Amino acid sequence: MGVVFFTYFALASIVAGVMTVALKHPVHCGLALLALLLHVSGLFILLNAEFLWAVQVIVYAGAILVLYLFVLMLLNLKTDDRYFHSSYRYFLMPGAIGSAYLLFLLLRSPFKGAMGDAPTVAVLQDGDTYAVGIKMFSDYLLQFEIVGVFLLGAIIGAIVLAKTPKSIVGQHD
Amino acid sequence: MVPLSAYVAVSAILFLTGLLGVLIRRNFIIVLMSVEIMLNAANINLVAFSYYLESMAGQLVALFIIAIAAGEAAIGLAIIIVVFRGKISTNVDEMNLLKW
Repeated sequence: MGVVFFTYFALASIVAGVMTVALKHPVHCGLALLALLLHVSGLFILLNAEFLWAVQVIVYAGAILVLYLFVLMLLNLKTDDRYFHSSYRYFLMPGAIGSAYLLFLLLRSPFKGAMGDAPTVAVLQDGDTYAVGIKMFSDYLLQFEIVGVFLLGAIIGAIVLAKTPKSIVGQHD
Repeated sequence: MVPLSAYVAVSAILFLTGLLGVLIRRNFIIVLMSVEIMLNAANINLVAFSYYLESMAGQLVALFIIAIAAGEAAIGLAIIIVVFRGKISTNVDEMNLLKW
């Protein structure tokens, strides 16, 4: 059963990713990105990461993607006829060969490593959110604070960048 | 039971798709969306390793990556709005204000 769900979510997310890159109209690309994010969150469910699933749906699909679509509608772009870079053909064939070789290497690797301290049974007993919370507020407290400061800086930067129209229009018109 | 290699392969395909999008698309907003695809691929990788190697560290780093993606989207879109105000184009080929 897990294999069926994995196959569906994996194939759907890859197709959605390719559509995000290949579609012509930017709003269609944004909607394909929404499909990608939701299917990736399905992969998180299969990996027992319910908290990340919720964060993926709320933050990525709910906040970041809405921000993208909002800016797309605010700018009201007209689509160019030539929406790929002029020399994109030179990237495609090396990309295909390199990715085939990379997949060959990845699929035959066993990926064994040292086991951590959170076995699946223990995580499932109290729930994934509990395990993430305990770990975040004990071992990863400094990183948590740094991310908070980073987000504050990002907010201030976005406000400052988007706020001052006069000087920029005056310089480049 | 799905092997770990399958998750890593999906993640690699998604990462390469996003990288290709950054390289060949001309619209700056689509380029930022491709960066989001790459961050998602990294998240799949981290969560899969976190599950198979029985450690919570991968999920925490994935959480931090989501927070950083939110900041990156806010700053990137603010830059797009500033550039669009001045030049009425979001084409990456025509953004050369810092070039000399």
